[in-house]
Amino acid sequence: MTDTLTLDDVRHVAKLARLRLTDAELEEYRVQLSSILKHIDQLNQLDLEHVESMPRPMDTTNRFDEDEIKPSMPLDMLLSNAPHVEDRYLAVPKVLGNGGGA
Amino acid sequence: MSDQSTKILPETVIDLANAISKREVSAVTVVRASLESIATLDGSLHSFHEVYNEHALNRARHIDQMLEDGKDVGPLAGVPIALKDNIVTDFGHTTCSSRILEHYQSPFTATAAQRLIDSGAVIIGKTNCDEFAMGSSTEHCAFGPTYNPWDTSRVPGGSSGGSAAAVAARLCPAALGSDTGGSVRQPASLCGIVGVKPTYGRISRYGLIAFGSSFDQIGPFARTVSDAALLTQIMCGHDVHDSTCAELPNPDFMSDIDAPVEGLRLGVSKEYKGAENSPAVAEAVERAITRFRELGAEIVDIELPLTNHGISTYYVITPAEASSNLARYDGIRYGHRAQLEAGEDLFDLYAKSRAEGFGPEVRRRIMLGTYVLSSGYYDAYYKRAMRARRLIKQEYDRAFEQCHAIVGPTSPTAAFPFGEKKDPLTMYLSDVYTANTNTAGICGISLPAGFDESSGNPLPIGLQIQCQAFDEATMFRVAKMYEAATDYHQQAPNLTAGQRAATSPERQP
Repeated sequence: MTDTLTLDDVRHVAKLARLRLTDAELEEYRVQLSSILKHIDQLNQLDLEHVESMPRPMDTTNRFDEDEIKPSMPLDMLLSNAPHVEDRYLAVPKVLGNGGGA
Repeated sequence: MSDQSTKILPETVIDLANAISKREVSAVTVVRASLESIATLDGSLHSFHEVYNEHALNRARHIDQMLEDGKDVGPLAGVPIALKDNIVTDFGHTTCSSRILEHYQSPFTATAAQRLIDSGAVIIGKTNCDEFAMGSSTEHCAFGPTYNPWDTSRVPGGSSGGSAAAVAARLCPAALGSDTGGSVRQPASLCGIVGVKPTYGRISRYGLIAFGSSFDQIGPFARTVSDAALLTQIMCGHDVHDSTCAELPNPDFMSDIDAPVEGLRLGVSKEYKGAENSPAVAEAVERAITRFRELGAEIVDIELPLTNHGISTYYVITPAEASSNLARYDGIRYGHRAQLEAGEDLFDLYAKSRAEGFGPEVRRRIMLGTYVLSSGYYDAYYKRAMRARRLIKQEYDRAFEQCHAIVGPTSPTAAFPFGEKKDPLTMYLSDVYTANTNTAGICGISLPAGFDESSGNPLPIGLQIQCQAFDEATMFRVAKMYEAATDYHQQAPNLTAGQRAATSPERQP
């Protein structure tokens, strides 16, 4: 019986999910996710062709707020949880030039 | 004060609030008793992450002062209540039991918590849970597991295991949890107390840190059905901060809660009698059905053949929603940020911060969710599961044409030992009777229904009652009738300070 996922599949998913995993972790997830997906494959037994998707349990409609200016979160409060602040800005590594790819 | 502190305090939310409102006992005395129980007993349970000693006592003093001034404090006057550590408050920390939020302090308070506070409750602390509410055992926590007060070599259930253990151990009369696939009901079952999953849309999710946004609901833990009903009722109601919170008149769950179940039809499904049920669980459910029949309810057979597809559906959609919700933890604006080495860029900052900040189970679900949403697999998994979700809802709709409430087990077994369900899929399957409630968005409650004595220690068993969307009133009524006919809810675990079984895992640093 073959597993659903290859190591390359798992490496690709980890990249999409922005998770840096070790080779050992990738292999562990490959085995575990394959087993979970195999269980999930039982959904193939159901006839779903003419069934409408159900994204949420109740029907909701968009509700619009008045377009008016309200107070924002105070800057000090926002910055108090930030891991790296310079001056009054959130500091991030260089994005442009060679720093991209995120 | 001294004459009050020797008095035996009432045990339930309703009795405590009455006694405090009538000034038979002070809020300070009640809150102090709760804080002292935590200090004495919680070393062996680790149900709390953070205890707000100062804050709680100040608030209790304030409530006593208001009562002295003749003001109405509300139906929860002075009652100490704990919050699961994924419900934010503008004081203390909210960590979701995760390294990634280890130092996080919310700028605002969750609507559900605020409604309790506005009704006079005193928030005494934050309780342990599986990281980001993902788990069924409260083992997957960055800061160590919680121990079941009935047997500390066993798990309390999860993910809201800390809240369940705290209420079961009488550290506080009530606590809030969140239920995405059983995370209130299953730990309530394993700890021998009452736990509620309200209808999706009943209670605002504003300030509940998101896991599966179309499944999550906040729900209370309490020792009696009436307490749980009162807390649910207080938290209900529309909130402009949550567009999925239903715009309905404020419900009244209390007026008819004592109405007899005579004439009510209770549905029993053969799919809830699976081979995975332990003999003690099977027996407890049969005993409950017999009792309901004696109490005048009509028992009808219903069919829920999709019960066994519930876990598959749930473990496609909720990881998908989680992978999307947890994308916000990027190490930039708040939360853990990794140190970069020379030559590493913004991608590395994201990927390292997330890998360091999230524990193994959260990473697993993010991976699973990312996979089922990824190009080429969306139709095969996500779309399929969203359609299966519709079938599950329709199956419940048909069942509720035949009955007013569905009665069955909450969990296939009583509390299991630490480390028993190491294989993730095995752990996931323990949600078999609870996940579909959330998938369909209906309501459910677990209440004490017996004990499994086969291991030597009595281990609680829970009975689950599910009702259709927004019919909590019937759910509480059926539950209350069973509670009134039994005394399981009056039994308490035998805890002494510092006790913890030798086989329990040590708390991780």
